[in-house]
Order: sequence, then C-alpha cells, then structure tokens
Amino acid sequence: MSTVADERNARAPWVLSAPALMLFVGVLLIPLAMTVMLSFHDWGQYKGIEPVFILKNWKEIATDPYYAEMFWRTFRIAILTTLLTAALGAPEAYILNRMDGRWKSIFLLVILGPLLISVVARTLGWALLFGGNNGLVNKLLMSAGVIRSPIPFMFTETGMVVALAHVMMPFMVLSVWAALQRLDPQIENAAMSLGAGPITIIRRIIMPQIMPGVLSGAIIVFSLSASAFATPAIIGGRRLKVAATLAYDEFLNTLNWPLGAAVATLLLVALVLIVVGSNALIERRYVEVFR
Amino acid sequence: MAFLELEGVAKQFGAQTVVEDFSLSVGKGEFISFLGPSGCGKTTTLQMIAGFLDPTRGAIRLEDKDLTAIHPAKRGLGIVFQSYALFPHMTAAENVAFGLEMRKVSRADRAERVRAALAMVGLAGYEDRHPRRMSGGQQQRVALARALVIKPSVLLLDEPLSNLDAKLREEMQIELRQIQRTIGTTTILVTHDQNEAMSLSDRIVVMSQGKIEQIGTPQQTYEKPASAFVSQFLGKTNDFAGTIDRIATPARLVAGSWSAPAPAGLSGPVTVSIRPERIGFGDAGLGAKIVTRIFQGNHWLFQCESECGSAIVIRQNDGQPQPTEGAAVHLNWRPEDMSVRARTVA
Repeated sequence: MSTVADERNARAPWVLSAPALMLFVGVLLIPLAMTVMLSFHDWGQYKGIEPVFILKNWKEIATDPYYAEMFWRTFRIAILTTLLTAALGAPEAYILNRMDGRWKSIFLLVILGPLLISVVARTLGWALLFGGNNGLVNKLLMSAGVIRSPIPFMFTETGMVVALAHVMMPFMVLSVWAALQRLDPQIENAAMSLGAGPITIIRRIIMPQIMPGVLSGAIIVFSLSASAFATPAIIGGRRLKVAATLAYDEFLNTLNWPLGAAVATLLLVALVLIVVGSNALIERRYVEVFR
Repeated sequence: MAFLELEGVAKQFGAQTVVEDFSLSVGKGEFISFLGPSGCGKTTTLQMIAGFLDPTRGAIRLEDKDLTAIHPAKRGLGIVFQSYALFPHMTAAENVAFGLEMRKVSRADRAERVRAALAMVGLAGYEDRHPRRMSGGQQQRVALARALVIKPSVLLLDEPLSNLDAKLREEMQIELRQIQRTIGTTTILVTHDQNEAMSLSDRIVVMSQGKIEQIGTPQQTYEKPASAFVSQFLGKTNDFAGTIDRIATPARLVAGSWSAPAPAGLSGPVTVSIRPERIGFGDAGLGAKIVTRIFQGNHWLFQCESECGSAIVIRQNDGQPQPTEGAAVHLNWRPEDMSVRARTVA
C-alpha cells in the first residue's frame, strides 16, 4: 500500500508540471532546436532549402565583414543604450525614492507610462518628432532659425540609442528602485554624522549598495536592446541593420532561412554567454550586498 | 556649567506640535535618558541635537556654541541608530574607519584607533567580517565602536538595545555603562524601556506627548513622580482615591480605613500613589481581600481588591508565611513612601 502511495507521490510533481513542460518543450525547445539545425542546412536561389549538414552559413558569417559589422553595431547600440539608461535611470530612481508619497506615485506612473504604450507607437512618436524635414521638432527649430538642416535622427545609431533608451528606461529605474528599497533609511544620516558630505555619501555609501540593482537592470536592458526588433526596424530601417533586423530580412526578404537561422542562433548564444557571464561576475563581486 | 544646553526647543510638523518647550542642561560626562512611550517626541529631540531635523523654535548650544548653525556632518557627534545603519558593503573595520577617514586621519593612526575601538567593544578579531555576517549584538557593538572612535563630544543613542533579546540587552546595558564610565563621553539615550533608563542614566527626562513630565535622577523619578503619568510609566504603582480633611484637628489624609496626618498644602480630594513593594500587610489600614497570589521566586505578587479599588502588593520572599488567596488583610504603608497629588473630581 505504502509503496503505491509513495510511487504516486513521486510521480505527482511530474504529472502536475506536465502541461507546462509540454508547452515549454513544444513551443520553445523544439523550434529552438529546429532553428539551430536549420542554420546547418544549405540554401540556393533556385534549389531552396536543402536538409544537409554543412557549415556554409557559419563560414559566411565568420568570414564576411558585413556580418561582423552588423554584430558590432548591435553590440555597440546595446552597450550605449545600457550606459545611457544607467546614467539617467539610477539618479532618476534615487530622486524618485526621496520624493514625498503623493509625488512619488505620480512620477512612478510617469516613468512606467512608456510600458503601457506599444513599442511601435512610442518609436513612431520619435519618428514624428525628428523624422527629416517634416519632423515636428525639426520643423519648429528650423522655422525659428536655430538649425538650418534637420537634426539627423532617423537612420542613425544615435537615434536608435535614444529611442531604445526611452523604451528601456522603466526596467532600469525599477531595478535600481528595488535596490534602494533595501537601504537602511538611516544610512545617509549615519554617514553624515560621521562627517561625510553629500557627494561622499552618494559615492561611498549609496552607489556601492545600489550597484547590484544598476547591474541587474543593465543585464535586462542590454539583452532586450541587443535583441530588440521594432525600434531598430523603424528608426534604422534597411539602411542601418542590426542582428535582429538582419535575421528578419534573411528570413522574409532573401528567403535564405538557413542564413537567418545562423544569425539568430549566434545572437542568442552571444546574449546567453554575456548575460550569464556578467551575472556570475556581479554575484561574486557583490556577495555581501546581496545577503 | 552646562555642556550641552537645550533652551525652549520646539518642533512642529505642519500644524502638529511634536516637541514643545524642551529645556534641559546636560553636564559634561553625564548620562541622560529621554524616556517615554512611542510618539512622545524623544527621538525627534535627539534628531534635532544630531541635526537631522531643525528645531522650529529654541536654541541648542554645545559648550556655548550654537549647534543649530553647524551642519550635521560637522557637529562631531557620535550616533548609534536603532537599526544600527551599518554600511553593509564594508567590513567591521571599514565601518569603524569611515569616520576617521572623513577626518583625514593618517592610515597608520587609523588602523590603530580602529583596532582599539573594536577591542573596547569586545570585537577584537572581527575586523574583516561584514555586518550581515554578524549577530545583532555584534552589529550593535560595531555601531557603538563606529560612533565612539571619532571621539564625539556627545554620544547619542537612539533605542540602541531594542532589537536585542532580553538577556543580551541586559549584558549590553552593563557593558554600555562601563564603557561610558571609562571614556566619560556625555551620552544621551533615547528609550521606551524604563528599566534601561533607570539602570543606565544619571538623570532621566520623562516625556509624554512632546512635553517634559519630569527631569530627575532615577531614584527621584521613581520615588517622587511629578505626575500621574510618570508614576504609571516608571514601574507599577497603586493609585488610591483619598481625601484630606482640614476640619479635623490635626488635619488628616484619609483613604478608606487608612489614615495619616495630612501633608502640607493640599486639601480636598487627592490621589495617593504608592509603589507595590512599599505596601505591607498589617492589623490596621486599608481593608482588602487577596484575589490572586503569584510566586515569582525572590518575591510574591498579590493582586488585591481593596476599599479604594484594585491594588498590587509585592512582598520579598523572606521565608515568612504569606497570606493566602481569599484572605482578608489590611494594607498599610509609611506616609513618607507615598506621593500625594490633587485629584479633580469628575
């Protein structure tokens, strides 16, 4: 009797998690494995996809500087976006945390607001403001005589970084804010009573304690920026491609699915390595603050 | 001469008065406690001395210098917070060294003073520990070392022992007192624990609702409470309704069947306050019946129903037989042990 019950108990977790597990395997693991396999297949203009095992696509990515440029651009944009969100988001969260109750909730809503709007609508908003001669801001500044030609924004890396930073800001602010919540409310007073000035307090006391929050926010922002599609597609278009838009184009325009799959796989592997690596580094470095 | 002086200090938050007309002069090396229930303004007063809050009115002077004009970072006071507020990303030694670093003490000198401060609080050998790897008592000691290492003119303690368990708290009380005696730093302790205030301080400032109720030595505040609040807050007390009869000659104070020669001054309805350990059982006095009798090792605790309402009596366990539950007794006490206040009749 008891062995039957034990067996049933041992099986129960598996049975209960089976639906989720099947969904996970069905819609994530299998397509992922198929994508990886696809990246080793052959493709020709007239013969289509040939299910053979070759390294042609990988060789092409490794040797053609075009792909290196794409990936470096993706990496550069993601890093700059991360730095920008950290530089603006961390002080923003600190100021937010020091506000009075009512203002705090209003400004929190303002910060979270972008999350409530579709990323396409938000990015198109930037395009409306800065898009060439007809962009609202460009028009105003030009008619006021401040600038002669429109501010270059569309199809530039700067434009992409600014638009992405806008989209990603809430993730950084929330992450830093969570770290600030863990601070002892008297910690600044303690440092002050020992003779520390405001800058020393921020540099020596606050910064080291919110650093884990900044870094985990940075990991989120970096991985989302590096794999972002909508914003680079609208701001960068065809002229300024990143890894995600490159894979999209290979799939849907050139119809070279195997090459697109290779690009997507490389992006995924690179992101996983960077994220896991930096996470391990952070946890080791800030072991005392995390306790 | 006063070392630290507060004169008519008041603090208002909007329309709410948190501290009202607080005047106190603290001598050099004195250990003062601000004692009161939560919300009585004791922590607010401490924060005004520390400089984290500005007083709405009044003056705070340290050695005749206006303290409110000095930035909190320059006041040179040592503060131990209730939550300790240690820097979690620094080791114990780095925490203690922080104040010295801010004072630009040389590295070698710093190391020596940090070592001495940690040794003084009994934490030699814990230099490289991080606060979150230490027990509550150890963190408390680091906080104390951090506050003392800068040789503060005044040490401010904001409920420093309230997060410790009872046994550790008692140990730390004794240690705190010894350290304070040894280095002679003027100390102000904020607490809601009357035992802590009585066992540590030279003088107690009893506060209630933003006002000072009484300033006195622990004995004075306990034996001669200035108000009903003080007598209730500092230990257990019995309040009996009595009357002073000025018509009788000589005038007499009467409470039930207990009576004594009337004290000077008062007349009419009064409240007689008497500590439970000062009441004895006798042949004459306030009639009472013992409701419950509790044995507590070194003493007995009796709850009685007397002519003037319920009463608590504490008797030393001196080996003598004690009255049993249900026994009719008479309560009496020496007139000099009681305090008498005018009573307003509702």
